[in-house]
Amino acid sequence: MSDDSPDALSGKRLHSPRPRSKGPRPRPVPPLLLGAAGVAAALLAGQLLPLTPLVNPRYFPTTGAVLAALADDLARAEFWRALGDTLVAWAAGLAIAVAAGAALGILIGSLPPVRAATASTIEFLRPIPSVALVPLAVLLFGTRLPSTLLLVVYAAFWQVLVQILAGVRDVDPVAADTAKSLRLTAWQRLTRLAWPTALPYLMTGVRLAATVALVLAVTAELVIGSPGLGHEIAVAQTSGAAERMYALILVAGALGVAVNLGVRALEREVLAWHPAVRGEAQW
Amino acid sequence: MTVLRKALLVLGLPAVLFAVWWLASAGSTSFYFPPLSEIVAEFGETWTAERWRDDVLPSVARLGAGYAASCVAGVALGLLIGRVRWLFHATEPVLEFARAVPPPVLVPVIMLFAGIGDGMKVAVIVSGCLWPILLNTVAGVRSVEPVQLDTAAAYRLGRTRTLATVVLPGASPRIVTGMRQALAIGVILMVISEMFAAQSGLGFAIVQFQRSYAIPAMWSGILLLGCLGAALAALFTVFDRAVLHWYHRQRTEEA
Repeated sequence: MSDDSPDALSGKRLHSPRPRSKGPRPRPVPPLLLGAAGVAAALLAGQLLPLTPLVNPRYFPTTGAVLAALADDLARAEFWRALGDTLVAWAAGLAIAVAAGAALGILIGSLPPVRAATASTIEFLRPIPSVALVPLAVLLFGTRLPSTLLLVVYAAFWQVLVQILAGVRDVDPVAADTAKSLRLTAWQRLTRLAWPTALPYLMTGVRLAATVALVLAVTAELVIGSPGLGHEIAVAQTSGAAERMYALILVAGALGVAVNLGVRALEREVLAWHPAVRGEAQW
Repeated sequence: MTVLRKALLVLGLPAVLFAVWWLASAGSTSFYFPPLSEIVAEFGETWTAERWRDDVLPSVARLGAGYAASCVAGVALGLLIGRVRWLFHATEPVLEFARAVPPPVLVPVIMLFAGIGDGMKVAVIVSGCLWPILLNTVAGVRSVEPVQLDTAAAYRLGRTRTLATVVLPGASPRIVTGMRQALAIGVILMVISEMFAAQSGLGFAIVQFQRSYAIPAMWSGILLLGCLGAALAALFTVFDRAVLHWYHRQRTEEA
């Protein structure tokens, strides 16, 4: 029996890679360090690749050039105004979508006949890509904020509605019967039973909607030309300022990361009482 | 009776909404909201066999190509990254960032490299569809029951068989979730890539109608795009049921 054979008595994970040498296994590198190394490698590749003949530096500027452009942008008022516009469109659109989605979801979900009658319509409307509304938005609102809002709200609304519907359906039947025999009023049942059950689902919906809303906000700005980061990217592209374009894309990515982290933190905060981390509803 | 009731439930509201739209817009003189009867009539005239061949089918073909490539690459890379611990930790921050970038902002970048041809549009679709599939595959692979992996190792299944019979089925619910998210993104990117620079395609045609103020034709395009999205979602549900029937059965039994 060789020394690397799996050994149940030692409690070693049987599927772990077998050490190549007979010596003790090297201590694993901490994940944080590995992650930092990965980021550094990506940045370094971005710096070195344009210096080789493989890619044209006019299309793919070095990391250094992009960061310089970013620093340039950070000092300009227009950049901050664009960032503010995007954030306003995102937040307002998300707020409208969440309020409408939650209200309608609870209403539809707690009335079984309505739920049954609307299911097919929701299933049809939900997958309609919101960019299909771009021409309509342009005609109705031109290149102003409401154009962006129309797309953001349409895309984010379904995420919330679908999750809430799943959440309201998830009410424990025993708890529902108990509430009935205790003669809770409809309002009490709504606030004491349906709402707490649906809240984790709502938070899942908000998390998904927040991401989608940012994507659609930037997309609308990019395609329609309403003010914001997306529009700045389009301007940078048409004026051939590749460094600035990459810098703004980095900002958009950072914004995406910030939204993800923020919503996750909110979720943990709101659901601190919840015994389990809930999975997403399967639709 | 129950069949009739079901049919009524499924078709009732859509029929009512359609009728309401039809009646409410019947006398419409609004330029932007033409009567539905006009849109429906325009639908047949606009989406001729020629247009299907020149605009609709190329769009769908590009979507199919980009989506298929994303699925293959996403699952393959996801299996690799999910199984190799150091690789997972090294790539996690970069991948999380890549996923967080709103995919449409990459359209201008990809245009620089790939021009404005079919390749650019497929690349745009891949650049958005890859991440949800990849990251969900990684998460799925990492959440496979350790007991199952240990069992596979105890039976000395070997690397390939473990991957094919334990890891892949275990990760498949998450993979399918990722593929569903990617499909929605793919449809959006298909339209956007054609709105930017194209001579053909569904997105191009709709924007063209809007710019030339052919409003009923524009509405018919929006309707067609909606039907396409709904049809793709329905197809995906069939796929999901077929591939994951064991998983859905398990879930309903648990419930």
